Amino acid sequence: MLSIKNIHASVEGKQILKGIDLEVKAGEVHAIMGPNGSGKSTLASILAGREEYEITEGSVSFLGKDMLELSPEDRAREGLFLAFQYPVEIPGVSTTNFIKTALNEKRKYHGQQPLDAVSFLKLMKEKMQLVEIDKSLLTRSINEGFSGGEKKRNEIFQMAMLEPKLAILDETDSGLDIDALRIVANGVNKLRNNERAIIVITHYQRLLDYLQPDFVHVLVNGRIVKSGTKELALELEEKGYDFIKDELSLAEAV
Amino acid sequence: MDTININYLEDKFRKLQSSTSDDILNNIRKEGFKAFNKNGIPSARNEEWRFTSVGNLFKKEYDLSADNLKITASDIDAIRLPGSGNADELVFVNGRFIPELSVIRSNEKECIIMPLEDAVKSEYQDLVNEHLGKSSLFIKDGIHALNTSFIYGGVFIHLNKNQVLEHPVYLYHLSDTRINHTLAQPRSLVYVDQSAKLQLIESFTTVGSMDSFTNGVMEIVVNTNAIVEYYKIQNDVVNASQVTTTHVRQIGKSYAHGVTISLNGGLIRNNMNIVMEAEGNEAHLYGLYLLKGNTHVDNHTLVDNTKPNCFSNEFYKGILDDNASGVFSGKIFVRPDAQKTNAYQSNKNILLSDNATINTKPQLEIFADDVKCSHGCTIGQLDEEALFYLRTRGISKEHAQSMLLGAFAEDIVMQIKNEPLRNYVEKLIFDRLSVN
Repeated sequence: MLSIKNIHASVEGKQILKGIDLEVKAGEVHAIMGPNGSGKSTLASILAGREEYEITEGSVSFLGKDMLELSPEDRAREGLFLAFQYPVEIPGVSTTNFIKTALNEKRKYHGQQPLDAVSFLKLMKEKMQLVEIDKSLLTRSINEGFSGGEKKRNEIFQMAMLEPKLAILDETDSGLDIDALRIVANGVNKLRNNERAIIVITHYQRLLDYLQPDFVHVLVNGRIVKSGTKELALELEEKGYDFIKDELSLAEAV
Repeated sequence: MDTININYLEDKFRKLQSSTSDDILNNIRKEGFKAFNKNGIPSARNEEWRFTSVGNLFKKEYDLSADNLKITASDIDAIRLPGSGNADELVFVNGRFIPELSVIRSNEKECIIMPLEDAVKSEYQDLVNEHLGKSSLFIKDGIHALNTSFIYGGVFIHLNKNQVLEHPVYLYHLSDTRINHTLAQPRSLVYVDQSAKLQLIESFTTVGSMDSFTNGVMEIVVNTNAIVEYYKIQNDVVNASQVTTTHVRQIGKSYAHGVTISLNGGLIRNNMNIVMEAEGNEAHLYGLYLLKGNTHVDNHTLVDNTKPNCFSNEFYKGILDDNASGVFSGKIFVRPDAQKTNAYQSNKNILLSDNATINTKPQLEIFADDVKCSHGCTIGQLDEEALFYLRTRGISKEHAQSMLLGAFAEDIVMQIKNEPLRNYVEKLIFDRLSVN
């Protein structure tokens, strides 16, 4: 589904990603972990199409298409979803209207008719229950005055509505208390299926306890330095990132 | 003709003076023309006109008459605004109030509407004499004086005591430029008596391909416990320019609410004045300018606090594209007596093109020591982060942009309390911003 090959990216002349390779297949859940400044969010950003980043080398193919050639909106319409680390507050634009517009633009892209009001409301209701989000939030402006937890829940709600093929959750667990984390994680779990791939970017084991990823990758200094199964995350939790760094320096020394 | 040409106006002024006989208006006009001659057409050296150059408007000769008009009832149907079905509809053609084309639905118990010429001969003579022309004390430039020099065919509106008018009063200004360039100089005096409520809506339309210039003055006097709402909708053609003044005097503890919506036109200057002449006055002024092409819109506001405990809030927003230019100048005076004044002002702008410009200038002159005043202005582009967020959900860049601009404008549009009018303006803005 997603094939990242040797991606190098920089921002304002500073090299951040230094050759990332990653293969993600339908139905898989990949976790990307790593210390601050290792390039995790940069990876999420370039996949979503943020323009500040310059890709200096490498390629990304998504469902057989050259993803780097697509605009952010076309990536979304092809089935990519990014849950933001810091969801943006947009005063004056109602959440419901926004999601309806997004959904219908996607349908139009795929040659489908827009959803009528009744079907849309029915779909909303169904997905609201799935991610346990309160209706009152959806009548408000996008994320305006939402708490941290409400913002993250709104991200998962949008994911549920847009039904992406690949979802990237960028530090969705950051800033959440234990209850909010559980609700968000349960929402994500309900959205898992054999066709949908998920990439979870996180610092912590907490979210992974709920999600049980198939693969864990450790990103350090712009490179994936270690990949493994979910046990790798447990090991990281126990030993910290230093043990990887130690391994690395040993390897480099040899 | 690239020099200023105003000499022909003297001849027209003399003809007007000799054709009318009542002393009150004759005297006001005489003083007006004296001031016009003294002050002339403001140049960029005049601080109040630094960013709005009106010289070009005076390089051509205009027809000031409203004679031989071919405006028919069906022309009026074309410019009616939503919500006018049960309203008073006053039609002005080339600056003259035309009773035959107007529809007055208020009864005399509620509201008196009559030509100014009739008012000065009526029981309202003293009232007109007392209040007509007070705006000249605040606006001393030649353009304002020119309107005063040609007060003729104006309207007097008197909302009677305790009358809460359920329907709005529309003023449709029509310029007929099918034969000549026209200079329309409408003049209105509005008196809202104690505990009365009035909603005024002004709009401007030019018919014809020659240029129109509207130099209008409306003076509104608001008495104790009265409420006035004032809406100005500017959505005319690009060869239609205007300098229009709304001068509101709150002579008793009262409430004023004004919204100016500027969507299209040539050069537009709006003078919006509030004079707080009584304790405890409250005023809210809003403006939205959504500009493209070469349109220029200058909003000059003045809030003059002369008595204690007055509250005013001003919020103006602009979106400027292409070569459009805007000016916001917000003056707040707090006189020595005006303790406990609360006066707020904010102006926010989005520039969509490198060639669009905005000049924004708050000007607070405070002579009392126990007051709360604030002002702020911003000039920026669309929020890139918000744009990106919307796009990552599959919304096209153009559509995302129009959603964000619509939200920016909505703050002001929602201040239009007349629902049919608000829906109408919302649709104009939606159509303007939406992508196909």
